[in-house]
Amino acid sequence: MVYGMPSTPNPPRIDLMGHLSIKNLEVSFHTREGTIRAVEGIELAIEPGEIVGLVGESGSGKSVTCNSILQLLPTPPARVDNGKVEWSGKDLLDYSESSIRKIRGKEISMIFQDPMSCLNPYLPVVDQVAEPLIIHKIYNPAEAKAKAVEMLMKVGVKRVKEFPLSYPHEFSGGMRQRAMIAMALITEPALLLADEPTTALDVTVQAKILTILRELCSDLGVSVLFVSHDLGLVAELADRVVVMYRGKVVEQNDTASIFKNPQHPYVKALIACRPTLENTLWRLPTVEDFMSHSAEQKPHTQKKGAHSRFLHPRKNLLVGKDLVVQFTSENGPVRAVDNVSISIGQGTTLGLVGESGSGKTTLGRALLNLVTRTSGEILFQDRLMDLGTRKSEMYFRKSMQIIFQDPYASLNPRLTIEQTLLEPMMVHQIGNSKKERLKKVIDLLEEVGLGEEHLARYPHEFSGGQRQRICVARALSTEPEFIVCDECVSAMDVSVQAQVLNLLKSLQDSRGLTYLFISHDLGVVKFMSDEITVMQNGKIVETGSAECIYNDPQTEYTKQLINSIPLANRSVNFSF
Amino acid sequence: MSKLIVSRFLQAIPTIWIIATLTFFMTRYAPGGPFDSERAIPEEIKVKLQSHFGLDQPLFHQYLLYFKNLLRGDLGPSFKYPDWEVSELIATAFPVSLTLGLFSLLIALLIGIPAGMLAALRQNSWLDYLPMSLSMAGICLPTFVLGPLLIYTLSTQLGIFPALGWHGPSDWVLPSLTLGLFYASYIARLTRAGMLETLQLDYVRTARAKGASSLRVLTKHAARGGLLPVVTFLGPAFAGLISGSFVIESIFFIPGLGKFFVTAAFNRDYTMVLGTVLFYATLIILLNLLVDLLQAWLDPKSREVR
Repeated sequence: MVYGMPSTPNPPRIDLMGHLSIKNLEVSFHTREGTIRAVEGIELAIEPGEIVGLVGESGSGKSVTCNSILQLLPTPPARVDNGKVEWSGKDLLDYSESSIRKIRGKEISMIFQDPMSCLNPYLPVVDQVAEPLIIHKIYNPAEAKAKAVEMLMKVGVKRVKEFPLSYPHEFSGGMRQRAMIAMALITEPALLLADEPTTALDVTVQAKILTILRELCSDLGVSVLFVSHDLGLVAELADRVVVMYRGKVVEQNDTASIFKNPQHPYVKALIACRPTLENTLWRLPTVEDFMSHSAEQKPHTQKKGAHSRFLHPRKNLLVGKDLVVQFTSENGPVRAVDNVSISIGQGTTLGLVGESGSGKTTLGRALLNLVTRTSGEILFQDRLMDLGTRKSEMYFRKSMQIIFQDPYASLNPRLTIEQTLLEPMMVHQIGNSKKERLKKVIDLLEEVGLGEEHLARYPHEFSGGQRQRICVARALSTEPEFIVCDECVSAMDVSVQAQVLNLLKSLQDSRGLTYLFISHDLGVVKFMSDEITVMQNGKIVETGSAECIYNDPQTEYTKQLINSIPLANRSVNFSF
Repeated sequence: MSKLIVSRFLQAIPTIWIIATLTFFMTRYAPGGPFDSERAIPEEIKVKLQSHFGLDQPLFHQYLLYFKNLLRGDLGPSFKYPDWEVSELIATAFPVSLTLGLFSLLIALLIGIPAGMLAALRQNSWLDYLPMSLSMAGICLPTFVLGPLLIYTLSTQLGIFPALGWHGPSDWVLPSLTLGLFYASYIARLTRAGMLETLQLDYVRTARAKGASSLRVLTKHAARGGLLPVVTFLGPAFAGLISGSFVIESIFFIPGLGKFFVTAAFNRDYTMVLGTVLFYATLIILLNLLVDLLQAWLDPKSREVR
């Protein structure tokens, strides 16, 4: 059922130039494992000059839709089974490879998610930006290069003026994405397809990229299809939002109406399950809450108390004093962690926020002695941390665990779940017999929402969310007191993120765990934490209770962090 | 770049020293000596010969003496070809092996790279299956089978090329082909694998999204990354190619370097073994340096790391 379809039945056929209309598009993937229907008959239209947001979780078919417009899907395994992609009145799907080439990069351009992997590492950036002009014979190479420098200056890439031979790896992520934008818009196309263009970037960088994109597109009169998993982000930019779920469009409407009055339960769930800075829930609603119950039924969520959960200050479990971690680089020593002191109370969560490169991950690892600290000392349970002897190392390693960002990379693909979970127990001699350990492993799996039937499986047989649950179980297998969660939900869709965050919270409650919760997402950190520490350039700029940091930020940097969050994610006036 | 070159040369010194020392003692401890042949030499002549070459001295003394000469660039006289210095023997045989090696490499690259690229571009079509099956056959087929096969067809039967000897360019064809086809097979497979990996990378999709033609995508965007594994393979392969092949040289009667490698070891020609081993080691070190420079040129990221 599609809610809020535009009510104009047949737009008058006066001028179809620059008008994109996707009609009943069906795309499937044919692999040895079987056929997956990725897109099942979607309808989507973009008027000239319009910015349309296409939202959905991973696997919803939004990127497939976007890539099929310019025939960029790998065929096989992909196959367009049905439908039309009408561009200026002609069906692009009928075009041959050599004729669609004339549309690509000239009339319709694309930018992609990861600007590092999407720029050719072997060619200077200027050459790559100039390339569309040369391919489409708009300018000769020398003129194209001059034009590229001009365009790069326009999007704020100043480096090329000074170093015309700069390669992609010499740029930061934000600068690379600016270059991608310059490359896509240099031919002044009529439509820009932006596939998750800011997902791989920090919030503050994301905000800048969005500004550039918005200004440049309105200057040049470019219409945009903005694909993202983040509804709040899309709201910042789009005139109209189209929401996809499992290959279908479930709702489309103008941006304000979608937020004010979402119709489909999935859209309601998307809006509700993202932790925002204003809500004070103890547990996040999940998509399942919305999809399985009727939308009216109130999901089981509780408000957090106005005060912190604790009336009395807790005893400190972990104290780090004057920590310094120094790396040597080509340009001399770099202090990733620069004289940082922190303390975390027993049973509480300290949130650690900052942009990438601020040193938050290094600090987390230094606290676990996974990177060697240059100076400073760490007290854990009032005991000075020193891994000099095997005995003390075992003690600290057992009590302190970590959950990493990427559950794909952090599980050994050649070990079954049983082996993965048994190993730490064997190392730390938890449980007296194999049987006892196995019983513990099964209990752990059930605790994180999996079951005995998963024991013999390998990591690749699980979804991202399930894998992260396994990582949580592995961290718990040594019965630790303290867990570092290092960006542990950053790679997840909001709906999966909500489930994992809820799991971490309930485990904290039942086991009295202490967390250091590292994230670049202020909303998520605020949801999880009792106290928040903000880091910048290896130093702590601000520490305070979660509410205080948000309501009354003391430093310019924290204010900037908060302001970079898309408005819709800061405050969603959505009530159950 | 110059920093890389200097540091490589400094690293080469201990490497060469270790190789020379190991070879020195291994050959000396191997049973037999340069003057033990099937036809026994009278004892007094043998003693005289040994004292002439300094073999009656304590072993460590000989070792020091060898290194003293080596530092002056003197590889010593050959024990088996008494009128020749080792360096003279290498100098006469190496140009032959170098020519053979260069032509083999040329054949290997000219056949291997296009075949691999074609196979990658038309994956799972007959343009992929045919060259890949041929290359598998090329890798499996030993040169001592392929060589006579080529002689039989192209020389004995068709009479296009001479079968044996090393007199003019027409003699170069068959041995170069025999040696080159093996390497071509290997390079074709490396190219295919490298290109397949590169062709599905995001930046290749970006190039397509710009409207680039297949040819432009291939040559300007995909080739560099796709050929990096081939370049890595080329260093040791080239060293192997130009330092001679005993089998090829025996089949085609070529006066190359490969023969000396083997016969010197059989003859316990101590200085000759050491000389050829050191020559080979130096070649490998130099060519690996060349490969690194080539890689730095191809891959801007690797320029910074060093």
